[in-house]
Amino acid sequence: METVELYNSQEQIVLDDLSEPVKTGTTIMAVQYKGGIVIGADSRTTSGALIVNRVTDKLTPVADKIFSLRSGSAADTQEIAAIVRYYLNILSTEQGKPPTVKMAANLFRQFCYVYKNYLLASIICAGYDETDGPSIYSIPLGGAIIKQPYAIGGSGSTYLYGYCDANFKEDMTKEECVSFVTNAVGLAIARDGSSGGIIRYAIIDSDGVERHTIYGDQVKNYFK
Amino acid sequence: MDPTKKTLQPYVTGSSVLAIKYNEGIIVAADTLGSYGSLARFTDLQRMSKVTNHTLIGGSGDISDLQQIQKTVESLILENTGFKKDEEPLTPKEIQQYISRVMYNRRSRFDPLWNHIIVAGYQNNESFLGAVDIFGTFYEDNTIASGFGAYFAQPLLRKGYKEDLTKDEAIDLIKTCLKVLFYRDARTINKFQIAEVSEGGITISDPFELETHWEIADWQEGHL
Repeated sequence: METVELYNSQEQIVLDDLSEPVKTGTTIMAVQYKGGIVIGADSRTTSGALIVNRVTDKLTPVADKIFSLRSGSAADTQEIAAIVRYYLNILSTEQGKPPTVKMAANLFRQFCYVYKNYLLASIICAGYDETDGPSIYSIPLGGAIIKQPYAIGGSGSTYLYGYCDANFKEDMTKEECVSFVTNAVGLAIARDGSSGGIIRYAIIDSDGVERHTIYGDQVKNYFK
Repeated sequence: MDPTKKTLQPYVTGSSVLAIKYNEGIIVAADTLGSYGSLARFTDLQRMSKVTNHTLIGGSGDISDLQQIQKTVESLILENTGFKKDEEPLTPKEIQQYISRVMYNRRSRFDPLWNHIIVAGYQNNESFLGAVDIFGTFYEDNTIASGFGAYFAQPLLRKGYKEDLTKDEAIDLIKTCLKVLFYRDARTINKFQIAEVSEGGITISDPFELETHWEIADWQEGHL
């Protein structure tokens, strides 16, 4: 896609043409524990180096106990999530029971794969259902679908591969998962310019969804 | 033209530098980050430095070029030392003009020093506050801001400036601007330094943090 940018004398982009998307340059993460999921994200939406929204909510529900974590183009991912929510709603009415995470993830995949040349969307679909329990699916650029015990995504995730490889273990407790997610997102926020603000996280299990926020001044400052 | 002698892009960069005159001198401020693209790579950089007892230069843009300018100005000072008794070898304005010549010559060779330099000095009971940009354009003003600061901080600084501004009022105004920049510029961190340029000389503070507010996060629910 051809992009045209107008620069001012300070070599900053002052006017993008509309083919350059507003991105949720981001850190997103989902971790499974026995009986549930912990999901977390930062809260920064950027357009170049401008922070358009410093308190964004990237944890988007597509069903009562199924969330999508969005990274890539803000517009693309918002729209896809809305469409998936619409279809999930119809499907669960037809079936007479809540939708499964597998269904939601495959709907995301369908969109992201068929329209791969038009979209900039990288999504983590995570949640809880009675059939499979807690599940996490990554749907990266291109529209592949991969089930994982934990998933990280967004620009900030590049700084977390080492940390997560070293610290993830199967069958953590709920509290250990919360620490794992909040520490990791905090570390990414410290180093990734496109991630920042507050840490929003949620715990999803058979009882429902519990949402939490760690405010900017409470996020651990990893360099003093 | 030799393509190996043409600067195409900056690598490690510093964001805004702010400065405002007050009744007895000048306050200059910057954060301590050196970004490598979106990576917050070096978190403890000093982007302002004393060049004589009465002149300070601060810079945004490429850090290697900033360091080169610091070296060049230091050399210039040394070469001119000893000719004047009981006086600084060069006035702040002379330093600004020298930097401007250097920048203009480089831009004319399509190999610019990728910086926006702020020169602040206090000599003979007079304040000097000026800047030089990447092309060699030079100007003086009561308030100066480079980088994102030109968009976010300059209007606030201009509104708050008055002839008899006290030091504390100036520092408060600068801190407000630094906070806004931390909220809205994705290439900053919450770690700043403030320099005072006055009759008594130049003092650069230790790095400090600012209090930030995130209560608006509670009013952001989802994205619809």
